[in-house]
Amino acid sequence: MNFDLAYMLEIIPELLVYIPITLYLAIVSMIIAVAIGVVLSLLLVNKTPVLLQLSKLYISFFRGTPVLVQLLMIYFGLPQLFPWLNSLSAVNAAIIAFSLNTSAYLAEIFRAALISVDKGQTEAAISTGLTYRQAVWGIVLPQAVRNAVPATGNMFIGLIKNSSLAFTIGVTELLAQGKLLATATLQFFEAYLAVGIIYWGMTIVYSWVQRWYEARINRPYEV
Amino acid sequence: MIRVSGLKKSFNNNEVLKDISFQVNEGETVAIIGPSGSGKSTLLRCLNYLERPDAGSIEVGEVSIDAEKPKKVLVNQLRMQTSMVFQHYNLFKNKTVLENITYPLTATKKYRRREADAVGQNLLEQVGILDKQEAYPISLSGGQQQRVGIARALAVDPHAILFDEPTSSLDPEWVGEVLNVISDIAQKDKTMLIVTHEMNFARDIADRVIFMADGYIVEEGKPEDIFDNPQHERTRRFLSKYGRQVSTENNKEEPALVMA
Repeated sequence: MNFDLAYMLEIIPELLVYIPITLYLAIVSMIIAVAIGVVLSLLLVNKTPVLLQLSKLYISFFRGTPVLVQLLMIYFGLPQLFPWLNSLSAVNAAIIAFSLNTSAYLAEIFRAALISVDKGQTEAAISTGLTYRQAVWGIVLPQAVRNAVPATGNMFIGLIKNSSLAFTIGVTELLAQGKLLATATLQFFEAYLAVGIIYWGMTIVYSWVQRWYEARINRPYEV
Repeated sequence: MIRVSGLKKSFNNNEVLKDISFQVNEGETVAIIGPSGSGKSTLLRCLNYLERPDAGSIEVGEVSIDAEKPKKVLVNQLRMQTSMVFQHYNLFKNKTVLENITYPLTATKKYRRREADAVGQNLLEQVGILDKQEAYPISLSGGQQQRVGIARALAVDPHAILFDEPTSSLDPEWVGEVLNVISDIAQKDKTMLIVTHEMNFARDIADRVIFMADGYIVEEGKPEDIFDNPQHERTRRFLSKYGRQVSTENNKEEPALVMA
């Protein structure tokens, strides 16, 4: 066997430099996806006519097509239709694709989280004179968040790893740098293993953060 | 004062309320009794528009609404006139006992935090669970939760309080403490409308009793009259199931049931 451990350890610091761009892609996409997902889920729950059908179409499309296809459509396809989008950077195109794709999944997660908060609490809020909006913001959403956190965390972990797809449109992130090193030295296994370990490490650290947060927000519900 | 006239409500093709009219005077405690499915809870829920009635008019305090053309502003004002105690308590699970009471105050009535806390603590003391103010609802017994529900309903200082079967989902051991709290409030001349299956309680606490069946008000009157001398066959049949003594004078065809 021809495995060069020393080389692998040597390139890890060179790869760590690319963690910020990977996290940037994942975190910004996640924030936008959550915002879109919340709006979509409220449209789904309230069954607002017309907008409900549009939301369902949106979710169906972005869940039904590969994220890589969406990424290529946005980066290479859209500027063809709209020339002013030529200036769209690869990083921004990746963020748009990841946001739209993730938001479709989050919409379903949030919808389930919202309807799992019993209707009686909304009724109680309204009966004490709160408006529907106040009831949703103050009572329903905080509880829905708790219900949604585990599944949303899964989506985020997926997003950290999917951000590696951005290398296909020329974003130099973690995987792109690994590929660069691999082709330079032809030590593919070591380079890609190093990349994999770094992704793994990021998801482990994130899992700790999430576990701490879940424990915190679960406190009111423990006897 | 609550005044309802010609109230109708259907769910799909099922007519639940068929022309309901009645009145509750200032400071009066009225109990609504009747078999399950008679429309009692629906009636109560129409009064604060948790259910939207199809026809008729509702007047509570200074606000009156015509069900044919309810304005959104009026609906909100109508809801401000009452508060409700629910069968399943419906406490806000993400808030502490004290916050359950103060949240509506700070959010709608623009109380300052400290004023709201003072109101809340005072009410918790009245219902006897001030020591639980920092606890979350999940850690309370049913009886304790319902007492918080009552304190929350009192806090907004409504024109009238609506009780929707406040003891029906309680374990028997907690029923007494909740009924005691409600009796205390009734003695303070709050206007109250109570849907209940506790016949003894209705008899003791109510100034007037309304008997409903099949979407109609069958009869209403003083508790003694309804329980001891019901005028309608339907009322007698219902009360006999609850084992109340029913006067035999008007009830030749059915033997009276006497229990304890």
